[in-house]
Amino acid sequence: MAQKLKDTILNPILKGNPITVLILGICSSLAVTVQLKGALVMALSVIAVTGLSSLVCSLLRNTIPNRVRIIVQLVVVAMMVILVDQLLKAGEGTYAIDKQLSVYIGLIITNCIVMGRIEAFALGNKPIPSLLDGLANGVGYGLILVIVAFFRELLGSGTLLGFPVLPASYIPNNLVILPPFALILLGCIIWAHRAFDKELQEK
Amino acid sequence: MEYISLFVKSIFVDNMIFAYFLGMCSYLAVSKNVKTANGLGLAVIFVLACTLPINYALQTYVLQPGALKWLGAEFADVDLSFLSFILFIAVIAAFVQLVEMIVEKFLPALYASLGIFLPLIAVNCAILGASLFMQQKEFASFGEAEVYALGSGIGWYLAIVALAAIREKMSYSNIPAPLKGTGIAFITVGMMGMAFMAFMGIQL
Repeated sequence: MAQKLKDTILNPILKGNPITVLILGICSSLAVTVQLKGALVMALSVIAVTGLSSLVCSLLRNTIPNRVRIIVQLVVVAMMVILVDQLLKAGEGTYAIDKQLSVYIGLIITNCIVMGRIEAFALGNKPIPSLLDGLANGVGYGLILVIVAFFRELLGSGTLLGFPVLPASYIPNNLVILPPFALILLGCIIWAHRAFDKELQEK
Repeated sequence: MEYISLFVKSIFVDNMIFAYFLGMCSYLAVSKNVKTANGLGLAVIFVLACTLPINYALQTYVLQPGALKWLGAEFADVDLSFLSFILFIAVIAAFVQLVEMIVEKFLPALYASLGIFLPLIAVNCAILGASLFMQQKEFASFGEAEVYALGSGIGWYLAIVALAAIREKMSYSNIPAPLKGTGIAFITVGMMGMAFMAFMGIQL
C-alpha cells in the first residue's frame, strides 16, 4: 500500500509527467511562461484545481450516470476554476497577475490534465488517493511550467521574478519572449528527458 | 471591410495555435496523418462557428454587468460575469453532445469518419478560448463575433493540416532517437509559428 501511494505521487512528476510524456495540458500552459511569477501562480492554480476536482469527482463517482459524466465533470472543474479565479481577483497582490494571465485561468477548465486524471484515476479510486494523484499531476505540470518560464525570463528579459540577474551588458533576446520559442524550448526539454530515460523514446 | 480585416487577422495574425497555443493537445495528438487532421479541423470550424454566437448572446443579454436590463429596471446593476466560465463550457459541452446525437442519427457515414473527435472537441481549448477572447475583445455586433469564430476555426484548421502534412513527410527523415515523435513535432510547430509571424502587422 505504501509503495502504491509512493508511485501515485512520484509517477506523474517523473516517468509519467503530464506535459513531457503524456503531452496533455499544453494548451493553457505555454502562453503564461514569459515571466516566472505568472508561471508560478498558474502552476499553483492548476495544482489546486486538479487536486480538488479529482477529490470531488471521486466522492461523486458512484452517483454520476455514465452517459452524462463529461458534463458533470466539466461543471465540477468549472466551479473550482471560478473559485480560484475569484480568489486571485480578490487578493491585493494577485489582481495584476490575474489580469496578466487573462483568459488562461479560465482555460484551466479545458486543460486536458484535469479531465484526464478524473477520467483515468478519480472515477475508479477512493477520494484520498485521487486527491494525491490530482495534486501530483499538478506538480508535474507546474515543474515543467517553471522550468520553461525560468529560461524565458532569464534569456528574454535578463531578470528572475522581476529582479535583474544578468549583468546590464546583456542584451535581452526578444525571440525568447515570442510564442514560438516556448514550443522549441519545450521540444528541447522533451529531448533531454528522453535522452536521459531511454524507455520513453518513440519508435 | 472591418469584417474582412478581422477575418484575415484571426486566421493569420491571431492564429489560435501559433499565437495563443490553444487546442494544442488534440493538435499534437491528431496530426499524424492528413486525413484525420482534416476531419478534426472541419469539426472544430463547425463547432466554433455555432457555439460562439450562442455565447455572444449569453454574454450580451445575461452575463455582462447591466446585461439583465431587459428584465426590468431593478436588474440593471446585476453583474453575473463570474458565472461566465461555467455557462460557456456548459453551452459548448451541451452543443457538442447535441451535434453528436444528430450526426449519429442522420449522417452515420460522417459519424464513423469523425469517430472520437467529436466528443473530444468539448474539451478543446480553442473553442472555450475563442469564447473567452470574445468576452475580452467586446465585439460590437453579432456579425463580428461570427466572423471571428469562422476566422479562428479556419486558422486552426490550416495549422493542423499543415503540421499533419509535414509530419507525414518527416517520417522518412533521420531524427535523433530521443527527439522522435513529440519532441520534433514541438520544434516544427515552433518553426511554423515563426513563419506565421511574418503576417504580423497586416492591415487591410
